[in-house]
Amino acid sequence: MAEAFKFELVSPERLLVSEQVESVVIPGAEGEMTVMAHHAPVMTTIKPGVVTVKTASGGEERYVVFGGFADIVPAGCTLLAESAVAVKDVDRADLARRIQEAKEDAADAKDDEARSKAEQFLSQLTTLEGAILPA
Amino acid sequence: MPSLKDLRNRIASVKATQKITKAMQMVAAAKLRRAQEAAEAARPYSERMGSVLANITQAIGGGGDAPALMTGTGKDDVHLLVVCTAERGLCGGFNSQIARLARDHIRKLLADGKQVKIICVGKKGFDILRRDYASMILDRVDLREVKTLGFVNADAIAKKVIHLFNEGGFDICTLFYSQFKSVISQIPTAQQIIPAGIASAPAEAVDGGSAVYEYEPEPGEILSDLIPRNISVQVFRALLENAAGEMGAKMSAMDNATRNAGEMINKLSITYNRQRQAQITKELIEIISGAEAL
Repeated sequence: MAEAFKFELVSPERLLVSEQVESVVIPGAEGEMTVMAHHAPVMTTIKPGVVTVKTASGGEERYVVFGGFADIVPAGCTLLAESAVAVKDVDRADLARRIQEAKEDAADAKDDEARSKAEQFLSQLTTLEGAILPA
Repeated sequence: MPSLKDLRNRIASVKATQKITKAMQMVAAAKLRRAQEAAEAARPYSERMGSVLANITQAIGGGGDAPALMTGTGKDDVHLLVVCTAERGLCGGFNSQIARLARDHIRKLLADGKQVKIICVGKKGFDILRRDYASMILDRVDLREVKTLGFVNADAIAKKVIHLFNEGGFDICTLFYSQFKSVISQIPTAQQIIPAGIASAPAEAVDGGSAVYEYEPEPGEILSDLIPRNISVQVFRALLENAAGEMGAKMSAMDNATRNAGEMINKLSITYNRQRQAQITKELIEIISGAEAL
């Protein structure tokens, strides 16, 4: 059994998770990564996606996050999410609304850079929708 | 001299008022608890954000790639004041305290020949500032419809501010809100959010926390993402503190009002009783002197 470390998932509204875990899969901006104990210090932005937490007691929990940061040090990992919900509580309508907003953003983007950013965000959201909502 | 009937009516109406203020006090107490819980729940996020920010600024070392939101425009000609107050009155000096602090600040800036712009969050602050500085108010954010304050509300305000900054609308942004100290004391506070004062990393972070981080993507890129988020967090915190402060102020104001009403009822009842007694005595005298005359 792998060594446990402290993982915290914080959204602006509250502290969602603060417990000893075995591993965490984080949807980093430049690819997913699995964090285990004694990870080298890394700071990364995260894209909308699913965080999979394997707790020290053997359970597995999944959370949907919409952007944020992860601060990883050997002793633990803190994830600052802009908003986070457990996968089972995801509101289909809320996700659809976010996608709609992203579409509008992409449509009104003034320059190419803004448009490509908005489109990227939109594709991340649609991938996320596909991943968590069995059609 | 008011008649007995007048006095009775007065007492009844003061009693009704007392019931209302008492109910408002209890509602405020319940809401205060909820607001306090919300403020406490939000604390871990802003603390972590602060430490991450300190770490990353240290890594960059104030280099040239720090985003403008952090370093400012290098001028301080145009000031933007974001004045956060409550949506409702009847909470003692809460709103006027914040407005007074903002007004003093505005006066000082104007005396120095600076240009001032104002964004009002909450109806009460807008009503107060509109009297003197109507031409400077750019916008007002209405949170009247909002039942529970969410991060989205703060985020919307922050986005507005950042958008304005990117258009070159102002150089320095200051946030006015009331810090929740306890139920009976709220401290109106002015906090500069743009340019974000580069937090000098606390000493312990230098020994322990400053491990060599790997950044993904580049520190500058993370920072330019982090700073706007930090502004949202600051606004969110201000709104939560304000909500708790408003309820605290309302609770103590309503407690005072209830007590005053009680005193008034006591005084009125004494007058009422005295007058009733005087009338009885008068009637007795009339009867007795009538009997004696026979």
